[in-house]
Amino acid sequence: MKGVLKKISQIDFGFMSPEDIRKMTVTKIITPDTYDEDGYPIENGLMDPRLGVIDPSLKCRTCGSKGGDCQGHFGSINLARAVIHVGFADTIHKILRSTCHSCGRIKLTDSEINHYQEKMDYLMKNEDSLTNIIKEIYTTARRDKCPHCEEEQEEVKIDKPISIVEGNYKLTPSEVRERLELISDSDSLLLGVNPQVARPEWMVLTVLPVPPVTVRPSITLETGERSEDDLTHKLVDIIRINQRLKENMEAGAPQLIVEDLWELLQYHVTTYFDNEASGVPPARHRSGRPLKTLAQRLKGKEGRFRSNLSGKRVNFSARTVISPDPYISINEVGVPDLIAKEVTVPVYVTDWNMEKMKEYIRNGSETHPGANYVIRPDERKIRIYEETKEAIIDKLEPGFLVERHLKDGDIVLFNRQPSLHRMSMMAHEVKVLPYKTFRLNLCVCPPYNADFDGDEMNMHIFQTEESQAEAKTLMRVQEHILSPRFGGPIIGGIHDHISGAYLLTRKKAIFTEEQAIQLLRNANLSAPDRTGDTWTGKEIFSLLLPDNLNMVYRAEICRKCDECLKRECENDAYVVIEDGQLISGVIDEKAFGAFAGKILDHIVKEYGTDRAREFLDASTKLAIAAIMNIGFTTSTNDEEIPEEAQERIELHLHKAEEKVDQLIEAYQNHELEALPGRSLEETLEMRIMQVLGEARDKSGEIAESYFDIDENHAAIMALTGARGSMLNLTQISACVGQQSVRGGRIERGYNERTLPHFKKGELGAKARGFVHSSYKEGLDPIEFFFHAMGGREGLVDTAIRTAQSGYMQRRLVNALQDLNVKEDGKVMDNRGIIIQSTYGEDGVDPAKSDYGKVVDLEKLIEEMRIKSGK
Amino acid sequence: MQETIEKVTKVVKKKRAKFPESYIHDLAVAAEKHDLNDDELDELIRKVKRAYERAKVERGEAVGTVAAQSVGEPGTQMTMRTFHYAGVAELNVTLGLPRLIEIVDARKKISTPTMTIYFEEDKRNDEEFVRTIANRIGKSNFNDILQDFHINFAEMNVVAELDESKIQDKRLEYTDIIARIEKAFKKALIDNSILTFEPSKSNIRELRLLADKVRDLQVSGVKNIGKVVIRKEEDEWVIHTEGSNLGAVLKMDGVDKVRTTTNDIHEIEKVLGIEAARNAIIYEAQRTMEEQGLSVDVRHIMLVADMMTSDGSVKSIGRHGISGEKASVLARASFEETGKHLLRASIRGEIDHLSGIIENIIIGQPIPLGTGSVSVVMKQNK
Repeated sequence: MKGVLKKISQIDFGFMSPEDIRKMTVTKIITPDTYDEDGYPIENGLMDPRLGVIDPSLKCRTCGSKGGDCQGHFGSINLARAVIHVGFADTIHKILRSTCHSCGRIKLTDSEINHYQEKMDYLMKNEDSLTNIIKEIYTTARRDKCPHCEEEQEEVKIDKPISIVEGNYKLTPSEVRERLELISDSDSLLLGVNPQVARPEWMVLTVLPVPPVTVRPSITLETGERSEDDLTHKLVDIIRINQRLKENMEAGAPQLIVEDLWELLQYHVTTYFDNEASGVPPARHRSGRPLKTLAQRLKGKEGRFRSNLSGKRVNFSARTVISPDPYISINEVGVPDLIAKEVTVPVYVTDWNMEKMKEYIRNGSETHPGANYVIRPDERKIRIYEETKEAIIDKLEPGFLVERHLKDGDIVLFNRQPSLHRMSMMAHEVKVLPYKTFRLNLCVCPPYNADFDGDEMNMHIFQTEESQAEAKTLMRVQEHILSPRFGGPIIGGIHDHISGAYLLTRKKAIFTEEQAIQLLRNANLSAPDRTGDTWTGKEIFSLLLPDNLNMVYRAEICRKCDECLKRECENDAYVVIEDGQLISGVIDEKAFGAFAGKILDHIVKEYGTDRAREFLDASTKLAIAAIMNIGFTTSTNDEEIPEEAQERIELHLHKAEEKVDQLIEAYQNHELEALPGRSLEETLEMRIMQVLGEARDKSGEIAESYFDIDENHAAIMALTGARGSMLNLTQISACVGQQSVRGGRIERGYNERTLPHFKKGELGAKARGFVHSSYKEGLDPIEFFFHAMGGREGLVDTAIRTAQSGYMQRRLVNALQDLNVKEDGKVMDNRGIIIQSTYGEDGVDPAKSDYGKVVDLEKLIEEMRIKSGK
Repeated sequence: MQETIEKVTKVVKKKRAKFPESYIHDLAVAAEKHDLNDDELDELIRKVKRAYERAKVERGEAVGTVAAQSVGEPGTQMTMRTFHYAGVAELNVTLGLPRLIEIVDARKKISTPTMTIYFEEDKRNDEEFVRTIANRIGKSNFNDILQDFHINFAEMNVVAELDESKIQDKRLEYTDIIARIEKAFKKALIDNSILTFEPSKSNIRELRLLADKVRDLQVSGVKNIGKVVIRKEEDEWVIHTEGSNLGAVLKMDGVDKVRTTTNDIHEIEKVLGIEAARNAIIYEAQRTMEEQGLSVDVRHIMLVADMMTSDGSVKSIGRHGISGEKASVLARASFEETGKHLLRASIRGEIDHLSGIIENIIIGQPIPLGTGSVSVVMKQNK
């Protein structure tokens, strides 16, 4: 691979003088037409062959290179009368306002000039922004008397977009240009025009460069019709008016006509530069679509900068639908063979891999571990065909490059948009699999935020050994188990992994030897030395843990009792691991779940990422084996609660609704007391919300007490943190609760009421969107309607939120991207300004920290004491 | 405690470890709590030193991008709902994504400015004192202290009767009120608690306008502060306000100058300086995140805050702040306002040194970050 041979060290920006433009011009453009009747480009027309060629079969008349190699050559139009460049109209106005109309000096006193000159020299030496000082100069120089020639000054105003008015007289562009010519070089610097690269009068155009055809290629439609680029259309307009203006001037036409044409020319040149300038009606295509002229080509998300320069299209990439595969490692990605045969890895032929390369070439592009191209040292690229195979193999020698198919073990970059954090792009090892989807391990869904409802992902293939090595050490999935956001795991078990692990490790899980060995086999673990009697699930799970692991923590299912029974916990929620043996407690989300897994977290930090990957691969496989062995299903029967419970809930809700009525009555009788700083109405609303909120919670609690974690699979999922929450279950079985719009109860709709079913001004629970029913029971039409209102707000909210947070993130990244840690630990930006003298005040990388801390002192001391036997 | 700190410092020095001060403090606290003996302390410090060395940032790490992503990514999970009753049920405070955007935007006018006012040790439990201060700070209108108010159309005047008990309740001074009224209304007849106002022009429209004006006259309060709420928080009295005026409140006697704060970052900058503003940004951003149940490492927020305050004034993240002041033309042009930046660069004759990230991406060179910021130099063998 070629290294970077030349480095661009800087880019200088500057302004083209009319002479510069003429100098680079290869031809003058005079005729507004493009092609003649035979379809040949007209000389001195907009498609003049000297402007360059696009067609690869033609040769450029100017430079002699073929189409594709010739980057094109500029032409020019001599404008009959000068016109103002839109982009600088504002600057011209400010300059004219700051200079004397008769002597052309800047309207600053000599001492002021010296003062600003010094300041400016200083800023320029440090390459600081001049914007502020120039702004200051513009304001001070706005005098009504010239300090140099004592002339009274009339006010110069700008009539947007481009007319400059002095007093009541509208200056013509030519007059503007004359004035700008008067300004001396030293003054122009103070006015924001650097005399080294630009002169103020160049902001008024006398000659217009015509971009080469390569910039504005014409498209030939299937019908044979030619369609010109928007820029060409605009240039045609300019030339046409320019010619007419010239003719009229030569013929000595009345001043009025000349001025009209001049104005029209100004309009066309203006829209040629920027078709969205405020105050100018946009030039339109015949169909009514506004033309896309120069500024529009650069601007915005679809513009040159953001879409072609900051982001680029690449080769060696693939995209398809993703689907899950619990049997591959988290480090792997399943790549369809179809893709593996299309995207390739370049490999240099050496004496040592010659045979292998020949084998690839022999397999060709149709058989899997094959090759598609061979690149000779002279950079000729040869496609491998059935017929040419043997010839290529014969000629193959070290130094050739073979583009071989993707094969198992290759490192690729895998990505899902939106790429919100660095874990959205991670390196995976390829595993070539049949069928047409990318396969990924379920543990990597959280960092990518992927699911399998039709999500697609992209894959990029590294083309150099350096990039492969770098990706392997820095970007592999296992290196990203810990999130830099909070220093905890972001990759981990989800859904069935957690339910499965719970089923495996709960107290009543006891397996026969045969079952146990079956499970271990499924998890790809070697058979243990112990034989004979039955196994507990905890013993099986312990086989995955590192031998010297010691941990104590409370599981997700912990009910947070007032007094913790510790190892005697009724729910088995107190997890104790001693020397790699799970003594008590169940394995659930807190153990190895994404965002929460404590054991996983501990293993990454103490035993390294390799061990963590092994643990995660094995434990999820074991959990899945367990859940399949034991069996797990859920249905609405899980949300069934006995009649007695329903009655209790009913009673409770009824009481709450009565209480609401009492509150309303109190309010109507003016007995309600307002909270400090709140109106009566607000107080009432808050009190009602509180009562109804409590009612829902209470009815939820009642329902909850009937869910048995031993029997009820839905409850298992909710309590272990696998999927769903207790709130979901209680909404299904007990009561859906208050629906809200804009943070309060529902109040909008009809005049003084939400629906015509209620009286005007009714404030009761039901009238303001309290859903008394449960999902299982079913909502009545009124409740359903309110529920839909709440639901709709949620949807709108999400849509707006994504847009807003996306923009915020773009701004944040843009503002901070240049920061990095220097060799001495300082954080600096690219200007060399120190942002932090030590990163984060202690120089610790959050991704390597323990939830933000270097170490957990408590944990460390405990460990030390255990070791020393205290 | 002091002793332990010294002891820890000595051991740390002996081990040639360079710990930040906060670590030494934490170590001392842990040593006291567990009553560590010398050997244990030695061992502990050795272990912490090893962990510290391992956890240090890699040189060249793109800490800026990581910080931006870590702050931005949770944004998608935040709620949009502007108002939340955070702690104080009586006050609305902007939270969630809108608040976070407000912080990084460094808005001059935030949507819900609010202050938390604490009191000095001896006044903390003095309810009477706190109430007096609260009434001095909080806004009261003339209407709030009236017993009776009516417009007398026959005599073309407005008659108001003050309510002694309400004045008492609000701990206001009668003379102060009268002084304020006299200042605001020249045509006011004052007869003890009965006040009569006459309009400048004798017509009904003027009379009605006058009535409204009288009622809305502010009789007490600090500028920019509206409602106040007094709450007992962990056996001390605290005032929460709607609106904010840190400078004026800090000048009051009895107010705890150390803990009293506002959520208006610009005001903190003005009153307490840039370092305080930086801490305020960190505190506010972190509180917003935590309230939503999202954990983001402080270091990321610190970096954002430091970037925003690095040149001595609070700058926003965006085209009017940091991004608009970048040195590179290409970096600015690729963010927002492409045309403006390119045109300006051309007449100023700006030079782009291509030292940033985006510039190098644009021209297709390796970026100066991480592995791209180092290179291999080969030693020539002669």
